[in-house]
Amino acid sequence: MAPKTLYDKIWDAHVAHEAEDGTCLLYIDRHLVHEVTSPQAFEGLRMNGRTVRAPEKTIAVPDHNVPTTLDRLKGIENEESRIQVDALDTNAREFGLVYYPVDDVRQGIVHIIGPEQGWTLPGMTIVCGDSHTATHGAFGSLAHGIGTSEVEHVLATQTLIQKKSKNMKVEITGKLSPGVTAKDITLAVIGETGTAGGTGYVIEYCGEAIRSLSMEGRMTVCNMAIEGGARAGLIAPDETTFEYCKGRPNAPTCETWEAALAYWKTLYSDDNAHFDKVLTLKGEDIAPVVTWGTSPEDVLPITASVPAAQDFSGGKVEAAQRSLDYMGLTAGTPLCDIEIDTVFIGSCTNGRIEDLRAVAEILKGRKIKKGMRAMIVPGSGLVRAQAEDEGLADIFKEAGFEWRLAGCSMCLAMNPDQLQPGERCAATSNRNFEGRQGRGGRTHLMSPAMAAAAALTGKLTDVREML
Amino acid sequence: MEKFEKLTAIAAPMPLINIDTDMIIPKQFLKTIKRSGLGVSAFHEMRYNLNGSDNPNFVLNKEAYKGANILVAGDNFGCGSSREHAPWALLDFGIRCVISTSFADIFYNNCFKNGILPVVVTEDELQLLMKDAEKGSNARMVVDLENQQIETSDGEVISFDVDQHRKHCLINGLDDIGLSMEKIASVDAFEAQMAQSAPWV
Repeated sequence: MAPKTLYDKIWDAHVAHEAEDGTCLLYIDRHLVHEVTSPQAFEGLRMNGRTVRAPEKTIAVPDHNVPTTLDRLKGIENEESRIQVDALDTNAREFGLVYYPVDDVRQGIVHIIGPEQGWTLPGMTIVCGDSHTATHGAFGSLAHGIGTSEVEHVLATQTLIQKKSKNMKVEITGKLSPGVTAKDITLAVIGETGTAGGTGYVIEYCGEAIRSLSMEGRMTVCNMAIEGGARAGLIAPDETTFEYCKGRPNAPTCETWEAALAYWKTLYSDDNAHFDKVLTLKGEDIAPVVTWGTSPEDVLPITASVPAAQDFSGGKVEAAQRSLDYMGLTAGTPLCDIEIDTVFIGSCTNGRIEDLRAVAEILKGRKIKKGMRAMIVPGSGLVRAQAEDEGLADIFKEAGFEWRLAGCSMCLAMNPDQLQPGERCAATSNRNFEGRQGRGGRTHLMSPAMAAAAALTGKLTDVREML
Repeated sequence: MEKFEKLTAIAAPMPLINIDTDMIIPKQFLKTIKRSGLGVSAFHEMRYNLNGSDNPNFVLNKEAYKGANILVAGDNFGCGSSREHAPWALLDFGIRCVISTSFADIFYNNCFKNGILPVVVTEDELQLLMKDAEKGSNARMVVDLENQQIETSDGEVISFDVDQHRKHCLINGLDDIGLSMEKIASVDAFEAQMAQSAPWV
């Protein structure tokens, strides 16, 4: 038998129907649903007299629109947001989905609670009407974002019409230096490949530096596979993965666990499996990075300076100039001199407990710069509870951070947390697009530790100076 | 879904690369629970000034391009968020075809589900089409899906590739779910077998 990649194995195990031209119906094991990209899909089902084929495999949670302030159970002020959250509530109950409403302590960002509740397991196919579904690939599952028409298709048939992507390997060798995190890895990779470098591929991340990451770190890496254009990113499961899954509320138990475990241990790329594209980076070469522009590929080490548009070629010259204008930056300015007024720590990229521990380590016994607007938004109600148990929340509050309830918050400004025009934010989220955090808002992406350091100094800061 | 056979229309040039779905339809317009009515908000931040007035420099605000049904755009069009609101907004504005050197994966899929044809061309071909689009409203481009060809206003012809299943669905305006339902016995069988071999799923 020809050697297979991990992606090949998961794909082959899920083809329910294959047409002559290679178009497949791929069976979907878990369908995650949130309030923004699902209402039109449920409306479509109703209009056509269809139902949800596998409600027990369909997990719904509101996250994008929900306010994260402590008074949110008073209700959502914005009428459109409220209608959308109410629509999810109605749809989840009417169609009998697994559902975590706003007032459930398990509520949180869909990509945080899937793994937390044990819905995400190795070898699965997982989709959601959200591009950051790639997050779940950290478990060695095939997970990717879909559009609303596809959401409707999965609801009705529990399958997706797919053609296979190509295989790409991203290997991070060696060890990371102190102060360098999973976020720096994933940004550095996008800096290498560009935002279209992964288009048409599923990326498998491997190498010693990846193996050494916790599940939280692996989720951060896979989360941003989409920012490199890839359909999905995944990491072969190992003892770290199994340890994380064991005992989760929806993970298998007893003999079923043993059977699952035996299968999961077969989930790796065979020796000599073919990859259509390979990128190798040395872990030692990766520095703490930040973005300077309005594309996630605009990545530089924190020790660098703002580039000039002329440093680029082709269509990127005009795009870089547009970015510099939008960001209000001058070529040649050291990145460490860029002053910020807002810090946002959270999102499906960096809203997990390990991220919060990294932040607390920097903030402990220190105060944020006066006048700074700084918030920490945990990825789920359970992450929030754990951070409080571990005493992290006290450190955040003493440092001057707002300590919020779970949700997507300022990652995409669909809720009350937004930047005003010209405001500049150090953010642990995943997109620095124009207007992403609010019209005219300026976003610099970085790791949680780097964002914490920036909150203390009021400037983009090399976290290594604070270790 | 509306059929796509042959489109003769004005094409608007948007040479910017990496036009992301946040640009095509910003987040504040994702709060709708409908598919329609997003056209007025398409490209909102580029199209309107902060006071709500039209930005006269934005291509689709120019008299020559107000009736455009085709976009000729820079590389990696539609990157970023999976929001299908992006093709819904384009369609509602009247865009039925987008031509670029590459598209982001999810956006590309979403177009076909909504009767929009995304066409991938080479860099040289894009430059040619961009120049043609820059001629404005007197120039009409022809996009012929049946023959997989684009004809410029000067009569130059460019061929393009498209997945045959998707072409078939677009030309006939077919609904994916209906087609998949015809194969549902395979899904039943697959599910029954999975219940045995992988009960934890």
